[in-house]
Amino acid sequence: MTALQKKEHNPVAHMTPEDIESLGKELDAVRAEIIESRGAKDAAYIRRTIDVQRKLELGSRAVLLFSKYKPAFALGTAGLTVSKILENMEIGHNVMHGQWDWMRDPKIHSTTWEWDNASPADLWKHSHNELHHTYTNVLGRDNDLGYGIMRVDEDQPWVPFYLGQPVWNFINACFFEYGIAAYDLELGKYMKGRKDKAVFKRDLGKVGQKVRNQMTRDYVIHPLLAAPTGSWGRTLLANYLSNLGRNLWTHSVIMCGHFPEGVETFTKTSIEGESRGEWYLRQMIGSANISGSKAMHIATGNLSYQIEHHLFPDLPSNRYAEISVKVRDICERYGLQYTSGPLPKQVASAWMKVIRLSLPNHIAAKVKFPSRRKPVAPTALPSRRVDTGEVAA
Amino acid sequence: MAHLLSDGPRQDATGRTPGAGWRSRAFKLLKATTTPLLPEDYVDLFDPLRTSTVLRARVVDIVAETQDAATVVLRPGRTWRGHVPGQYIRIGVDVDGVRMWRAYSVTSGPREDGCIAITIKAITGGAVSTHLVESLKVGQIVQMEQADGAFVLPEVLPSKILLLTGGSGITPVMGILRHAVEDLDDVILLHSAPRPEDVIFAEELRELGANDRITLVERHTDEHGLLDTDELEALVPDWRERETWACGPAGMLEMLEGHWEQAGHAHRLHTERFRPALAEPGEGGTVYFTKTDREIECDGARPILDIGEEAGVLMPSGCRMGICYGCVLPMREGSVRDLRTGEVTSATPGDGILIQTCISAAAGRCDLVL
Repeated sequence: MTALQKKEHNPVAHMTPEDIESLGKELDAVRAEIIESRGAKDAAYIRRTIDVQRKLELGSRAVLLFSKYKPAFALGTAGLTVSKILENMEIGHNVMHGQWDWMRDPKIHSTTWEWDNASPADLWKHSHNELHHTYTNVLGRDNDLGYGIMRVDEDQPWVPFYLGQPVWNFINACFFEYGIAAYDLELGKYMKGRKDKAVFKRDLGKVGQKVRNQMTRDYVIHPLLAAPTGSWGRTLLANYLSNLGRNLWTHSVIMCGHFPEGVETFTKTSIEGESRGEWYLRQMIGSANISGSKAMHIATGNLSYQIEHHLFPDLPSNRYAEISVKVRDICERYGLQYTSGPLPKQVASAWMKVIRLSLPNHIAAKVKFPSRRKPVAPTALPSRRVDTGEVAA
Repeated sequence: MAHLLSDGPRQDATGRTPGAGWRSRAFKLLKATTTPLLPEDYVDLFDPLRTSTVLRARVVDIVAETQDAATVVLRPGRTWRGHVPGQYIRIGVDVDGVRMWRAYSVTSGPREDGCIAITIKAITGGAVSTHLVESLKVGQIVQMEQADGAFVLPEVLPSKILLLTGGSGITPVMGILRHAVEDLDDVILLHSAPRPEDVIFAEELRELGANDRITLVERHTDEHGLLDTDELEALVPDWRERETWACGPAGMLEMLEGHWEQAGHAHRLHTERFRPALAEPGEGGTVYFTKTDREIECDGARPILDIGEEAGVLMPSGCRMGICYGCVLPMREGSVRDLRTGEVTSATPGDGILIQTCISAAAGRCDLVL
């Protein structure tokens, strides 16, 4: 992939500034409609989700007290893994985006929420909500593109370090929450001396405390509680496996959001003076969805609707499904690519890219990669053709 | 979650009381078991009234008073500290999913079961009161705050008292009467309501009057019009000698305050306002930062964040486009307009509605906590 502005076939070249403005207006209308209809049903949804997650967690931890028996071990581990996934994805991520702030419930609010993750809420909100969501897929501004340890774009110069990136990526997946914490700490920036030492120390203290609390809970207290039944070892293992499972799952889902083939990246200069319509356009073609069942959508925290999430990061996640119907329609009418696919396909596509870009461009070009898409030829807007009788250059 | 609330009063064990050190350590251990949540977040799942940092109440009974007023009996959670008759509590209910708070006087007399009652009159166009009167169900949980307010009788009871009420203004006075009527010698209650059937607690009040516990003067404004100073002089000629408590519509209170002031008796008049006169949200206004004691003038077309920064106020900020919530500040009072939708959000004093300063313009005066 190459930054959109340098591409041979620019997939948005067929759009005039007027088209982009009207695209923005249509999306604003979608947003207004959802805000207008937000209400008791949505509030009940998030409350029910929180209720289910906490009961599942309590139940699983209770079952694990008897985890020396194999069925209890299996059941407790599975339950705790699902609970941790729900807690991070559908609840934590979305609450911290302010999706439920409109309820004015201080217990379910972006300013008070803390999640079961190594990265403290305030650090994560800064690097994710502010930096990533504002500068989505802008090379050099959005560090989510490769997390600073991977090459994810042909435009990035290759160095031998990148040969190992499939390995880094796998290690990162296993320890994802710690990777995120290091990322939110801006560890790389600090090591290059570009981050204030006092700020870094303060943040490091916060992360350290958070990690200590989590470790004590999962690897000391709960195993100790299970000791009387002789289940301490199994409980410890179960907690480790549920953290690992959650890490692998969240990493996979998040890789699918911006890495798969067909997703566009942008140059730094392209966002100067960006209009609202252009901002929407960038979010749209810079994200990719995952298709699947309702349960799958909930398990991804509705980040399977990554395109919708990036257009409207603060709208309630339970509404993304209905928004997606409208966004897909808009994409079709404006001749834009709406990247989506089932989870295995999207994960494979993202991994293929990680592997391909670990090689220098000229070598990668000689290797046949299965999921690489042909560049989509730009299509003209039907409306433009009617209006002007010609296709924009 | 709720880590901001974690240093609540529960943790004030200082070791002075026997066993407190042990309890404090046990609580620490329990907290370590549930981190990043608090143990109470799990208690909430099963018994929301037992939580020790958030006060809530369960609705145990609803009794219709008039066509548009109802008394709601509440069982407060275990941290309820009780009230003094005449005080109000703030009740938080979710209307269309949005938590809304309103103040209501406690109207119950002493009750053995530890419950309290509030009486609510549905107001035309009032989202909360209408919701409470029409949709509240027995068994439902509502949020509440500790009792507050200085509209109470002094410890040494005055010998002559005048109670001046209009409409639902009778509610705090009813709370006072139910507690203290036996101890009061000379009470005049002058109450206005549109029609006889609109008088809340009519039966009870008329009975108190018939038994000479109080002197009840009932006025019906549909027939007699609004109370004025001449009528007041005629109905209660000795008003100057009476310690007076008044509660009712803003217009009535202003009239009374003027009258008492003129006579040099302002110190003998105690008034209670439930709904402060909210200024009609306008185009821009003064934004006051409460902690830094700074005031800036804002127009109605630009974000408070931009204008504040230009004026040199150090404000939290983030994406500056309404998506990251890095700029939210609590609004204690006043109104702001969402620049994207035009929607106006208003806070009554004491509220802490969180607003995004990067997409909000002032719509009249507002107080922000910064």
